Amino acid sequence: MGVNTEKPLIEIKNLTFSRGNRKIFDDITLSIPKGKITAIMGPSGSGKTTLLKLIAGQLTPDSGEIYVLGENVHTVSRKRIYQLRRKMGMLFQSGALLTDLTVFDNVAFPLREHTKLPESVISALVLMKLQAVGLRGAKALMPAELSGGMARRVALARGIALDPEMIFYDEPFVGQDPITMGVLVELIQKLNDSLGLTSVVVSHDVDEVLSIADYVCVISEGKLIAEGTKDQILQESTGYVNQFVNGLADGPVPFHFPSDSYKEDLAKLSGMTVNDSKGSV
Amino acid sequence: MANARQKIQSLCQSTGQSSIELVANFGRGTLFILGVLSATPSALLRVDLLLKQLYVAGVQSLPIILMAGLFVGMVLSLQGYNVLVDYNSEEAVGTMTALSLVRELGPVVAALLFAGRAGSALTAEIGLMRSTEQISALEMMAIDPLKYIYAPRFLAVLISLPMLTLLFTALGILGGYLISVGWLGVDEGAFWSQMHSHVDWHDDVMNGIIKSVAFALLIAVIALYQGFNAIPTSEGVSGATTRTVVHASLGVLALDFMLTTLMFN
Repeated sequence: MGVNTEKPLIEIKNLTFSRGNRKIFDDITLSIPKGKITAIMGPSGSGKTTLLKLIAGQLTPDSGEIYVLGENVHTVSRKRIYQLRRKMGMLFQSGALLTDLTVFDNVAFPLREHTKLPESVISALVLMKLQAVGLRGAKALMPAELSGGMARRVALARGIALDPEMIFYDEPFVGQDPITMGVLVELIQKLNDSLGLTSVVVSHDVDEVLSIADYVCVISEGKLIAEGTKDQILQESTGYVNQFVNGLADGPVPFHFPSDSYKEDLAKLSGMTVNDSKGSV
Repeated sequence: MANARQKIQSLCQSTGQSSIELVANFGRGTLFILGVLSATPSALLRVDLLLKQLYVAGVQSLPIILMAGLFVGMVLSLQGYNVLVDYNSEEAVGTMTALSLVRELGPVVAALLFAGRAGSALTAEIGLMRSTEQISALEMMAIDPLKYIYAPRFLAVLISLPMLTLLFTALGILGGYLISVGWLGVDEGAFWSQMHSHVDWHDDVMNGIIKSVAFALLIAVIALYQGFNAIPTSEGVSGATTRTVVHASLGVLALDFMLTTLMFN
């Protein structure tokens, strides 16, 4: 990949995945380097979230392999995939907090389920994680009492509770106000650097993602159409990547949905009107 | 001609597709049930989760079950008395009420009420957990939803419904007693002694309990599977909830007929 000579943490080889008759990924190969922030970008519906679920072994590909820490997540046993997931954190778009638990209990949840630490140690760890996302003061609140941005920060604290090696962010900036967006951008960067994480951010918020990403992959219509460092992507002056990065209304992705010629449509319409008026007379 | 061929082709395609979907659904359902069953022993060790679900499915269903039991018993004895009094057999009203409740009405009505009250709630809860990605989040936290979500709920239904059925029946008999003895003047000694001599522990009470366990199994499987299989949208969850009530209610009535044929015929 050119960014890191170390063995990649995640390797995707010739991945093909379909939903019904629709091919979401068509023979995609890419690598996620260790210790970096990798952005996977693409338009809505391009399968970015699906890719995260495939990496986490929640979905099975039609063909191809996905290696996480050198193990093929789709051929290992159910027990092993659960062990591997302890090394992964995921920030869902909705936060996906457990609605019947407080903020504190949500963050404590993976620690209580996976460790036999005494409650005093768990409390200290939870407060530490909540402090890192700036929400220690909200520990007694229920998820329904949180704003969207706060819920994502709590989910982030929960995601790093078990000190994972890698963390996946599923559209972390969608629907957030500028201040929350800034907070999330800074948190992703800080956590990646201070905890030595490998971060994968799937998003279509170009400016925010490019401000923190070390490496960028652009996916469209099931294909990996561009990859490279932030500068390499920004220098693409033509084609789809240029249209996507600069938010142009027309380009390889046309403004108009495919249809017959406009003139023909109008002609048909006037023909019908003439016939109707004749009929009525 | 070409048009007819196309129509036949599309008919064959849609039939084939529906058949494949049916088999796939059946396979998915079977794998899900086997998964829940295999996770059930470990759920027994999670007393905290089980107690919470017993409270939600069992304790919170108590008011509707107890009230319904009382009223069904009262109506049964009132109707029974009006018929039996013509034959000077009004003392048998206790036996009639008890046998109707223990053999049929207790297990069936309690199961129907439970499917509406707790079964639908289970489906909606799991469906919403899926639509808000809570189940995906559990998987990502390396927590098996089969053990954490499905198995404790399965066990809670299996334990609560037979107990609720017994309470329904007991309250029904109490309602019958209040109406027959307290209001209509049936002799108290005859009411209880006839019931005692005609209701058999094994043939009547045990068969009633077996029925309620079978109904609990049916409701648990339907409610959990519908939640698991719900399309994660508001429309999908509402459809799954409706299907739980309809399928479970019809299933209980059909299964009751089969079990009655085996037990009492």
